[in-house]
Amino acid sequence: MEALDGNAIAGGMLEVFGSEMTDVRARCRFCGDTSYLAELRVYMRAPGAVGRCQRCMNVVLVMTSIRGTARVDASGLEMPG
Amino acid sequence: MVELVDETPRTKSLVLDLPDWQGHRAGQHVDVRLTAEDGYQAERSYSIASSPEDAQLVLTVERLDDGEVSPYLVDVLRPGDELELRGPIGGYFVWEESLGGPLLLVAGGSGVVPFRAMLRHRLASGSDVAVRLLYSSRSLDQVIYRKELEEAGTAEGIEVDLTLTREWPEDWKGHRGRIDAQLLEQVGWSPADRPQIYSCGPTPLVESVADSLVAAGHDQRRIRLERFGPTGT
Repeated sequence: MEALDGNAIAGGMLEVFGSEMTDVRARCRFCGDTSYLAELRVYMRAPGAVGRCQRCMNVVLVMTSIRGTARVDASGLEMPG
Repeated sequence: MVELVDETPRTKSLVLDLPDWQGHRAGQHVDVRLTAEDGYQAERSYSIASSPEDAQLVLTVERLDDGEVSPYLVDVLRPGDELELRGPIGGYFVWEESLGGPLLLVAGGSGVVPFRAMLRHRLASGSDVAVRLLYSSRSLDQVIYRKELEEAGTAEGIEVDLTLTREWPEDWKGHRGRIDAQLLEQVGWSPADRPQIYSCGPTPLVESVADSLVAAGHDQRRIRLERFGPTGT
């Protein structure tokens, strides 16, 4: 399956975080790589979207949409304060 | 929606009248949400094809045969119908005059849509940033915005290169075959020019473009990618 990138889940992230997130840089808790959320490798065909670190490919973010409401678990990322 | 424009046999542009639109930046997209009578919802992202300076918002949609949203937008929706959309979205894959250049834009298929917005913005803003667009399509009839791109390519500082990968007319004077390192070197910028690079299209194309450019010495931090596939744009 071909990965997309963080641009593909920008709308859901905007809904959850309340601001534009693709140009936010976050640090992967697994490998320490810092990259833009737009650069996550995103797999859309899982039940929900799965975001992996572009460098180490660990799962750092999961986004689900339940009855039209997006939820994000980004515990694999250190977001800027 | 106020107007539907045929672009290619599989692609149409939707011209939208949005009284409360807050404006957008070239390269951004919107999410379009469809709701069925039973409440089932499907949502997809579509790049904005119009520039911030244009009076109306334009989305260009490629019909995917097994799609949930695009067949409705391309085949069923009629002028006067309403659409639910969210946006503008995106802050990474955007270009505006203040970001400067030179610019290299590399597109595959309907990945050219955000670049139409960037080219129109470049022209409407009076910018003199040098732009090179390299655009790959399967065949001539699949080239979106062909006439407009040919015209844009005659403007000073803008070069448009088309390549056809599957079939081409006998007298085709453009490039033939897929975008590869050689073609990028031929039509793109030298790393010493420090171009801002954007590539949008199917994942394999975009990743191969990025790999070739990095191998040729371009700075990875100046390369912005937007991948799309059947589940995305």
